[in-house]
Amino acid sequence: MKYDVIVVGGGHAGCEAANASAKQGLKVLLITSDLKNIADMPCNPAIGGTAKGIVVREIDALGGLMGRVADVYHLQIKMLNSGKGPAVMSLRAQGDKVAYPKNMLKELRSIKTLDIVEGMVEDLIVEDKTIKGIKTDDGRTYYCTCLVLTTGTYLKSKILVGDTHKFEGPHGETSSKHLSDKLRDLGFEIQRLKTGTPQRIDPDTVDYSKLQVEEGDKTPWTFSFDLDPQYDVNKQRVCYLVYTNEHTHDIIRKNLKRSAMYGGYAEGIGPRYCPSIEDKVVRFADKKRHQLFLEPESDYYPDLYLQGFSTSMPIDVQEEMVHSLVGLEHAKILKYAYAIEYDAINPLQMLPSEESKVIHNLYTAGQINGTSGYEEAAGQGIIAGINAGLRCKNKEPLILKRNESYIGVLIDDLVTKGTKEPYRLLTSRAEYRLVLRHDNADLRLREYGYQVGLINEEQHNRLLKKKEDINNLINELKTIHIKPKELTKEVQDKIGNINKGESLYDLLKRPEIRINDLISYLNNNYNKDVLNTVEISIKYEGYIAKTNREIERMLKLEEKKIPNDIDYSKVINLASEARQKLEKVRPLTIAQASRISGVNPADIAVLSVYLKKEYGK
Amino acid sequence: MNENICAISTALGVGAISIVRCSGTDVIDIVSKIYKGKDLHKVDSHTINYGHIVSNGEIIDEVLVSVMRAPKTFTREDIIEINSHGGIATTNKIYELLLENGCRAALPGEFTKKAFLNGRIDLLQAEATNDLILSDTDESRKYAISRMDGNLSKLIKKDRKKLISLQSELEVEFDYPDEFDGPEMTNERLLKSLNIIKEDLNSLIEHASDAKIIKDGIDVAIIGKPNVGKSSILNNLLDENKAIVTNIAGTTRDIVEGSIMLSGIKLNLIDTAGIRETDDIVEKIGVNKSLEVLKNANLAIFVLDNSEKISDEELNLINNTNINKIIFINKNDLNSNIDISKIKSSNIIYGNTINANGLDDLKKKIIDLFNLDEIKNNNYNYLSNARDIALCMNAYNSIMNAITSVNNNIPYEMIAVDLKDAYDYLGEIIGEKYDEDVIDEMFSKFCVGK
Repeated sequence: MKYDVIVVGGGHAGCEAANASAKQGLKVLLITSDLKNIADMPCNPAIGGTAKGIVVREIDALGGLMGRVADVYHLQIKMLNSGKGPAVMSLRAQGDKVAYPKNMLKELRSIKTLDIVEGMVEDLIVEDKTIKGIKTDDGRTYYCTCLVLTTGTYLKSKILVGDTHKFEGPHGETSSKHLSDKLRDLGFEIQRLKTGTPQRIDPDTVDYSKLQVEEGDKTPWTFSFDLDPQYDVNKQRVCYLVYTNEHTHDIIRKNLKRSAMYGGYAEGIGPRYCPSIEDKVVRFADKKRHQLFLEPESDYYPDLYLQGFSTSMPIDVQEEMVHSLVGLEHAKILKYAYAIEYDAINPLQMLPSEESKVIHNLYTAGQINGTSGYEEAAGQGIIAGINAGLRCKNKEPLILKRNESYIGVLIDDLVTKGTKEPYRLLTSRAEYRLVLRHDNADLRLREYGYQVGLINEEQHNRLLKKKEDINNLINELKTIHIKPKELTKEVQDKIGNINKGESLYDLLKRPEIRINDLISYLNNNYNKDVLNTVEISIKYEGYIAKTNREIERMLKLEEKKIPNDIDYSKVINLASEARQKLEKVRPLTIAQASRISGVNPADIAVLSVYLKKEYGK
Repeated sequence: MNENICAISTALGVGAISIVRCSGTDVIDIVSKIYKGKDLHKVDSHTINYGHIVSNGEIIDEVLVSVMRAPKTFTREDIIEINSHGGIATTNKIYELLLENGCRAALPGEFTKKAFLNGRIDLLQAEATNDLILSDTDESRKYAISRMDGNLSKLIKKDRKKLISLQSELEVEFDYPDEFDGPEMTNERLLKSLNIIKEDLNSLIEHASDAKIIKDGIDVAIIGKPNVGKSSILNNLLDENKAIVTNIAGTTRDIVEGSIMLSGIKLNLIDTAGIRETDDIVEKIGVNKSLEVLKNANLAIFVLDNSEKISDEELNLINNTNINKIIFINKNDLNSNIDISKIKSSNIIYGNTINANGLDDLKKKIIDLFNLDEIKNNNYNYLSNARDIALCMNAYNSIMNAITSVNNNIPYEMIAVDLKDAYDYLGEIIGEKYDEDVIDEMFSKFCVGK
């Protein structure tokens, strides 16, 4: 069988990649080791979170699935950081571990050009450094033009609990034993990473009277730009706050040597962003308590996820640790915490299109690239799927810039800086985050989705209408002037009297005034999304303009392309560290070069001069 | 990869010895070709070796050769310095031999540039090295050395540390809103930290003018009608202090008649003696010429004749001069015809150039006006060039902006923009960029992540 695109792996990256290729009208195969594990959430079933929630919006804007599938069914949803500013606001939903995979599979099955089969891929067919197809462990062969590898944690995965370990996946499945060796043989650099997950607790054994309740927002939200909220805000599940105490810490310290990480049984590098509880206790020894959450995993089975308590201690110590927590004195552990180690490739060997520099037409996305998190995986997946499809059609790849999306920041970080630990997105990674907001993801990206065929006419028309409304509203605000005597009482209460007439635009710039205070002056009705986006753009105009100036400066450097054949050994006066890094990354533009750590402004100056001299640029 | 460079490092023709310096990966090979003595490949690093420079079997000079191997050298490359006996001819000959054997003539500042590019020193230190080479007073040498040591860099790094620490406190709340259980940021705490940083930057900026004085000295214009005693004051100052330089032509400056040291700071006395005498009353005091000189001066000394009435032109010139000024009223032995109430300045000194009366008062006044004693006793942590000062001003403005925003209850993520700006501007002064500092800081400082 020959496909245009084959996607190996049915996790969050694989699902988005398969959708993004197939929706381009191409013939696509999704092959996964276990159909039951499509869009599995082996860790916390949360979708979104800081920065990540914006990624989900971006995926939706581009025509991906994660947002709409999460919207169909979730247990709780809230907007984070609503008081700290418009760009750091981000949605987080507590998904349902059973409903989410089921609804994702339903979405995928509805795509006519997509085949989904089970199979364990153990070999790749490569000719002339170009991918040609795959082989499964049971002897099947599939051919393709492009391949997207989204193997998640399944490359040589090893589960660690205390001093015991097993070579298997998160649910005891067999993992791929030979694929990472094959990749190594082909020239990929393989690194060993580690992540972990905490205990699952029986909800009937928890003393809730001792715990603090965390509720969802009373305002309804959706990730998707196309759906209306389909849930009752008053019927959301609650989460609970739990704290560790000195006794818990004593137990951990006493047994430290028995932990897989501290006992020396693990070799992978774990994420700082997701430390185990023993890490937290050791590194922050003076902290008297650490905050944990108890979160429901599904409406379909009783199970609570003990967030923040990830550990690789042996099970007897885990029992002791859990029972030391107030409210969990008699808790029954349904599943013990474990650490998982897996093979990943070095993302520095990847192009910004997510195509490999080592093998042509081979794309990688998700944990195999060294990231952690469902959203990071899905964000890479949709871009890999789009670009594999575009390659089949002989079109230029879609490369999102750092000023366009968090997905662009993520991929650029990976291919420019690489990663030594599982990479997690943070708002602090996005230097232009003021323009990478929850509210404007569609304005930033939907046009791209439309161009590649993932966004339909109706969705596109909605975008055009929104843009028009935004322009009209700004125009109204600028042209309507309010005389001192025309102030409404609510405005007057906030700012007192004004001496002379003022435009609505200028009124809105006052810190006390919100756009809702001015609606009565407008000639047309606007929906709340339009009002919100316009309010942000006017209120923070100065700061946004500053960001835009920085973006312009960066884009100028992005235009300065570095030729593929550049020989860095000929660039005299580069610092040796810079020379090595440049040689390794081989950045495509001066802007990308300037973001490499270890490449200093002086090196950039030297490089620019060299390019001007040698290539006349 | 790295070119071998060489230069004559001491002034030609001055002093008993002169040094030719070379730097690069092959300099030991190159010097060995023209040197007779111990095998330079085998001597220990950082040793001085006696021998001869030879060319075609002929001894050119008896020399001491310092061998310093990478990386513990100024340029982080191998460096050799050849100490010869200093005649122009021999020094030039050694220099030529090096060029013939594989060295390239170093460009101005190239040793420093190599040191900077190879990561030995940061931008500020690189500039300081340049200052050190060009400095000609003790004070400016001390100042340059303190910059070389990175005193100023340290100060700027300290402020960047404060900024990044503050920013990480904001960022950790953005990225871990429900997990972070430390004390939440408040306007009050934020303002307190911002004000400390503001004061730090402010003092850097305020002291920047001191740095210029230390580095370049004070340009003094002595202004007055012919025969009023200008030249006497000038000569008196110069003679007494044994002028360290005479008649050096500045590039854009006026002719400097001479420089003297006052409390360790250089006073550059600008010549205004060339003003023609005419019958035109305006030209008599050389108004046009004086105005021109005053444009570039830091201090004006107006010399008046006690016995003559002060003219309107003189009065205009004095009262409209905005730089520091001292009025020296000469010939105090004669009857006074000057109405000093018309002069808008309290820096008035009476004296007599014939017996050097009042000149000590004049000097004391200059020391007071420019706080020279204080400058002298200070630590030399000053920004000195226009670029650095401008960057520091930008950082200061970003902090001011942040303070205004906090007072207007603007969300903290906007404040974070200002903080990052300030951090970047300061980084630019010492040639460091942003990278992932804030993320590293965040995870080393706070226990977050699940």
